[in-house]
Amino acid sequence: MTAALLEIGDLHVSYGRVEAVCGVSLSLAPGQIVSVIGPNGAGKTTLLAATMGLLPSTGTLRFEGEDLRGLDVEARVERGLCLVPEKRELFGDLSVQDNLQLGAYAKRLNGSTMGRRLQSVYALFPRLAERRSQLARTLSGGEQQMLALGRALMSAPRLLMLDEPSLGLAPLIVCEILAIVRTLREDGVSILLVEQNARVALENSDHGYVLESGEVALSGASSILAGDARVQATYLGGGTDDD
Amino acid sequence: MTRFGSVVAAAIVALLALAPLVLGSFAVGLLNDVGIGALVALGLVLLTGVGGLTSFGQAAFVGIAAYASAWLTTTHGASPWFGLLFALAATGVSACLIGMLTLRLGGHFLPLSTIAWGLSISLLFGNIDALGRHSGLSNIPPLHLGTMSLTTPESVYYLIWPIFGLAYWFIHNLLNSRPGRAVRSLRGGATLLASVGADAFRVRLTLFVTAALLAGISGWLYAHTNRFVSPSPFDLRASIEYLLMAVAGGLGQLAGALVGAGLVFLVKNSLQDLLPLLSQRGGQLDGVAFAILFLVLLQHARGGMMGFVSRRGQGRPGAPTLPARRPVPALLRRSLPAPGTPLLAVAGAVKHFGGLVAVNDVSFAMRAGEIVGLIGPNGAGKSTMFNLITGTLPMSAGQVEFLGRDISTAPQRHIARLGMARTFQHVKLRPKMSLLDNVACGAYARTRCGMLASGLRLNRAEEQQIHDEAMRQLTRIGLADRAHEQAGSLPLGTQRILEIARALAADPVLLVLDEPAAGLRRQEKAALGELLRRLRADGISILIVEHDMAFVMKLVDRLVVMNFGAKLVEGPPAEVRANRAVQSAYLGANP
Amino acid sequence: MNWDVALILTVGGLATGSVYLLAGLGLVLIFSVTRVVFVPFGDIAAFAALSLAAFETGTTPPTIGLVLTLASLAVVAELWQLMRRRELARMPRVLMVWGLLPALPCLAAWWVTGRNLPAIAGIVASILLVVPIAPLIARIALRPIADASVLVLLIASLALHFLLSGLGLLFFGPEGSRTHPLVAGATTLPGGFPVSMQVLLMIASAIVLSGLFYLLFERTLHGKALRATAINRVGARLVGIRPARTAALAYGGGSLLAGLIGVLIAPVTTIYYDSGFIIGLKAFVAAIIGGLASYPLTALGALAVGLVESFASFWSGALKDVFVFGTLIPVLLLRSLLASRIEEEEEEIDE
Repeated sequence: MTAALLEIGDLHVSYGRVEAVCGVSLSLAPGQIVSVIGPNGAGKTTLLAATMGLLPSTGTLRFEGEDLRGLDVEARVERGLCLVPEKRELFGDLSVQDNLQLGAYAKRLNGSTMGRRLQSVYALFPRLAERRSQLARTLSGGEQQMLALGRALMSAPRLLMLDEPSLGLAPLIVCEILAIVRTLREDGVSILLVEQNARVALENSDHGYVLESGEVALSGASSILAGDARVQATYLGGGTDDD
Repeated sequence: MTRFGSVVAAAIVALLALAPLVLGSFAVGLLNDVGIGALVALGLVLLTGVGGLTSFGQAAFVGIAAYASAWLTTTHGASPWFGLLFALAATGVSACLIGMLTLRLGGHFLPLSTIAWGLSISLLFGNIDALGRHSGLSNIPPLHLGTMSLTTPESVYYLIWPIFGLAYWFIHNLLNSRPGRAVRSLRGGATLLASVGADAFRVRLTLFVTAALLAGISGWLYAHTNRFVSPSPFDLRASIEYLLMAVAGGLGQLAGALVGAGLVFLVKNSLQDLLPLLSQRGGQLDGVAFAILFLVLLQHARGGMMGFVSRRGQGRPGAPTLPARRPVPALLRRSLPAPGTPLLAVAGAVKHFGGLVAVNDVSFAMRAGEIVGLIGPNGAGKSTMFNLITGTLPMSAGQVEFLGRDISTAPQRHIARLGMARTFQHVKLRPKMSLLDNVACGAYARTRCGMLASGLRLNRAEEQQIHDEAMRQLTRIGLADRAHEQAGSLPLGTQRILEIARALAADPVLLVLDEPAAGLRRQEKAALGELLRRLRADGISILIVEHDMAFVMKLVDRLVVMNFGAKLVEGPPAEVRANRAVQSAYLGANP
Repeated sequence: MNWDVALILTVGGLATGSVYLLAGLGLVLIFSVTRVVFVPFGDIAAFAALSLAAFETGTTPPTIGLVLTLASLAVVAELWQLMRRRELARMPRVLMVWGLLPALPCLAAWWVTGRNLPAIAGIVASILLVVPIAPLIARIALRPIADASVLVLLIASLALHFLLSGLGLLFFGPEGSRTHPLVAGATTLPGGFPVSMQVLLMIASAIVLSGLFYLLFERTLHGKALRATAINRVGARLVGIRPARTAALAYGGGSLLAGLIGVLIAPVTTIYYDSGFIIGLKAFVAAIIGGLASYPLTALGALAVGLVESFASFWSGALKDVFVFGTLIPVLLLRSLLASRIEEEEEEIDE
């Protein structure tokens, strides 16, 4: 049994008086893909933002045994955490290549290492290579998602957190992106995947958590969760949960 | 106003009335300056604090009025009272022109433009021969009442302070009225105002002119009290000083203007006594002292002096003044179309954002008396569709017909006035206004009283009607007992319900609801469903976007499902639920 | 007006325009990274000019006192923050960054004073001396409200201008001064039209510096990091760029540009402690033409402002500033039309 890479314990996050995440515990082993699913407003995005340090939280947050509290976002990036947020947060007025290079900003790479990393990202996403000098905001939704992922990979993260990578994308592109995500695991990257698209998330992860109203409602191996009647009910209404 | 508030106000009025009897001429002169300054600050509290429009050029309006009256009375020998009319006309016309040019500016460009015209106008004063260039105009006649000439500080005191009192009363009345509620909603954005049928630009313009006229009265008093005008009291520095008064007193309360003006003149006066003792150039250091004061305020007390006071009481502008209990007829209601008649028809709606197609060739129709649900996964284009129907966003292509009229290109406020009322996914309420006032905003398009009538309290009957209507809607949603609480104190879910009450106050034909059940607990959801069904029974049609499938399925007559900007299917709930394409859209495509 | 006059006015306009160009670049740099419309910019330029004048007369520039005063305030602010967070272990670093670093140019200036060195020593010392000013006042007054709306930051920035010009009066006194020309003589353009070397120097510096600016922003990772912070703050943090650090860099860069402007204009006009304000404001007109974001448009705007001012002063010297600020209104209108904003909340001061 290896030690957990990320250990979240009894995490609470509030916006003013409204508590968005109330007492979530979650752990992730090295090389694991863990998905968090749940309806709109369940607190999934908030959970990731707090883990990254974008929002203040209470509870335990440990990364490779180190306490993350007291570290700002930038320090967490330096430790190897990386978030691909829902809104992607690309640098729209910079070129694709500039976006990628800035992804490695915290690593202070020399020219040749930077070049090699760029090549490896371009190898993963040949479409980005074609568009390297285009401005990021002129890319299509799918390409922007690829760029966000590519920018994250430039920092060679230990833990990659993906917030709704399927948002607004056609199913074919979602498959393409998730196939790449699965290959990352072979390079030793662990992944925390937040998704509203439950099937996509569960099919591509080892372990799953269902978040409802800021609390963990269910958790377990993804294959078991996918067959759970309650999970089905949450997404199409009716079914067993009808009151 | 609370009883405590009235007692304090009465005490202040009494103290001010008696002040000249006990104070010396110097102190009375200082109080005169405070009154003159407080008039400008009052306009700024209204403009910046309430309306959210910051002006770095208010001193220019003071200057326009001061110079206008000074010029008319010195070169043409006119009476200062003619001077007042002329000064107000000059200020009003300039404000109107400047406002029409600049008030459409967005974000920080508007305040920057005020620096530009503020500077230009004060530079003009010093370069026009008729205005005496840099040496200004002197020998301005004093004010007179009848045969009595107001030359002493004590005599003019009894003119300045009643004028301030009247202005204060006028603005206070204004804020607690139909146009005042629109002004107080300005900060919520133009979309909020347009959704109740109001024209945000016109509201801003009248607000801007009102604030300028207050500055104008102040300038007129200044010219005839000091009996000398020169460019420097009207430059950018002076404008900043007025803004400092408003911020120091508290932009959140009208009383902040008075407190702030008092504070600034007091500090200024004591600095002039103290600073020369510190260093030989100290006399010129008051700018530094003011800058430090301003910076400290911005860092630690953006609510100003009154911010501390209101943390105890609740003296917000527009604390509830209950209209006199007098029976009034209810507001007129429009006649609703017969159930089953065509109500809304969307044909081939398309919306591009740059290269992204958010809504792609969507068509559907609604009949009167129906509840139709619009569902689809995140990012499917539902909210954009809503914005196209309500006119919040212009369509790239396609047509929308409402009540038999083509509204494809109509502005949002016209569509609202036709009888389409909406709520917002990101709640657009004014958190510091009471529930009652928020709901009363909804009745804007059904009522008429303007600023002048409201300020002079000639609007009592209509206000009573609005009040009754708002209370009726609050009762309908079950929040009548909390009518005077601040809307921001409600949980987010309940705020969405409050938005429904505001929409109902507009007496709508069609209610367009964007995720009304989000953030509600189970029983609250049940109550909301019950309310919506009752509304349908009353003949109101409803179009609803909602994520909670269990809630939607039980409520609606028909569903329209969107995915990737296009319409996927349309039909009754049971049929839609069984549809394979819908299942895969929600649970994800089976690869 | 004949062609000769027009040519004279054009050259003069380009010379003033190049000053506004440099100032405009500084303002855009600071605004785009920090959202602060940096009004005290011109004051810093004036301080550089007055420092140079002090060196020429062999007196110690009062700027030293000013910088040291600001540095001690900044150190106090930093220490107070450390105390409240109980992080006193970081004290040496704070003293280095906010105490020692700003003192270095002061030391250099003190050493240069009255030593009969070539003129360039005084020029360099004057420029370096004002470099700490913008980062210091930003640390003291703007960092605590860094998250406030653009509007609050603008008010604070205006207040800072009054603070600096007040301090300027205290430290430099009300007398104006003018320095020796940086370069002497004149040259003749083809067509027999004489131009002073000083004017050529101003135009050349603007060209060279804006070229450097371009290289810095387009070609280096740190330049891109500055732009990235401006474009997307959250995105920048997520790749490990610290906005506070890039802000300090932007303020430093802006201050440096202000220093350069100061020594460029010192020989051309008599500079008083408060002369900078109007220069800064005119650079704003240029920066706003560039939407407070675009460097090339700002540069064009600056030259246009210079030309408008030059020609306007030919018709009415007194009203030239009215003309310049008047042009801002149509520019703002155009900007506002071009800006495609769907919906934005009004900015608030007191909440």
